[in-house]
Amino acid sequence: MWQSSFWQSSFWKNLVRWFHKWTSPKWFYNLSRPLGAWIGWLALLILVVSLVWGLAFAPIERLQGNSYRIIFIHVPAAFLSQAIYAAIAALGLIGLVWRIKLAFYLAKQSVPIGASMAFLALVTGAIWGKPTWGAWWVWDARLTSMLVLLFLYLGLWALHNAMERPESGDRAAAILALVGVVNLPIIKFSVEWWNTLHQPATLKFTEAPPMHISMLIPFLLAILGFYLAAVAWALKRTRLEILQRERRTQWARDELDRLGGNV
Amino acid sequence: MFAFDSLADFFAMGRHGLYVWTAYGFAAAVVIYNQLSPYLMQRRMVADHRRRQRREQGTQPASSSGVTPS
Repeated sequence: MWQSSFWQSSFWKNLVRWFHKWTSPKWFYNLSRPLGAWIGWLALLILVVSLVWGLAFAPIERLQGNSYRIIFIHVPAAFLSQAIYAAIAALGLIGLVWRIKLAFYLAKQSVPIGASMAFLALVTGAIWGKPTWGAWWVWDARLTSMLVLLFLYLGLWALHNAMERPESGDRAAAILALVGVVNLPIIKFSVEWWNTLHQPATLKFTEAPPMHISMLIPFLLAILGFYLAAVAWALKRTRLEILQRERRTQWARDELDRLGGNV
Repeated sequence: MFAFDSLADFFAMGRHGLYVWTAYGFAAAVVIYNQLSPYLMQRRMVADHRRRQRREQGTQPASSSGVTPS
């Protein structure tokens, strides 16, 4: 009784209508433009504040000296590379199950962003490892599983570009992304399951962070800034993916004219 | 509060200047890549779009003006 009235309620119907609108590529295209611009500027502001704070104003660390300042980019990049991967896998599943094209487009265009974050996490980790551990690289569980993540990203991109029909690439990449999800818990728990040089997580939901507040604030802000920047980039790239796929429709042609400056 | 005694101190980062600034340099490069690559993508798409349009106009007999489609 309650259930059937719920499914017929105007609340539910409006929710469904809103969902369908949002997952329509054209609607998303128009709405994400102002949204992306706002998020982008906010990201820039937060990134500048947090990184200047981390570089110049956060106090020096007792044991590691100034090399610890790499944490303000290393950890956000590592966070993002894993969060974006999880998002790609979730979007792939949504695309496969509900056949929502927009989910595939978002997933595809998130790949280069996630790959660049995995690359940045690995490079800054190597640079940080040298003065801290005395080695650029060791084949330990955390570092190796992060390298696997980068290769997964490269594999996803290669799959998208290998297929003649982009729809086949979408599906193939979604399946690879779902299989590769196995790597995420390995990255997360690698520092606990195996003996590793890598220090355990700085942030845990269950404990107070071991960082002083003067380091913690710019650290959290940097994570937020990277997140927002990634969202803004993903929106921009996805809009272009929509235009590319719908390039034969009239609205996409008009939009390409507008972007080309001859309206 | 500025964590360093002088600006030279700030650039030196103790003995770790090279490491810290290289890491931040890579971060800047990644940000610039992510910011610029969509615009390059967009430029390519607009160019493709114009080429397509010229080709379509070229095939219409009414507007054929002797220009060879590229």
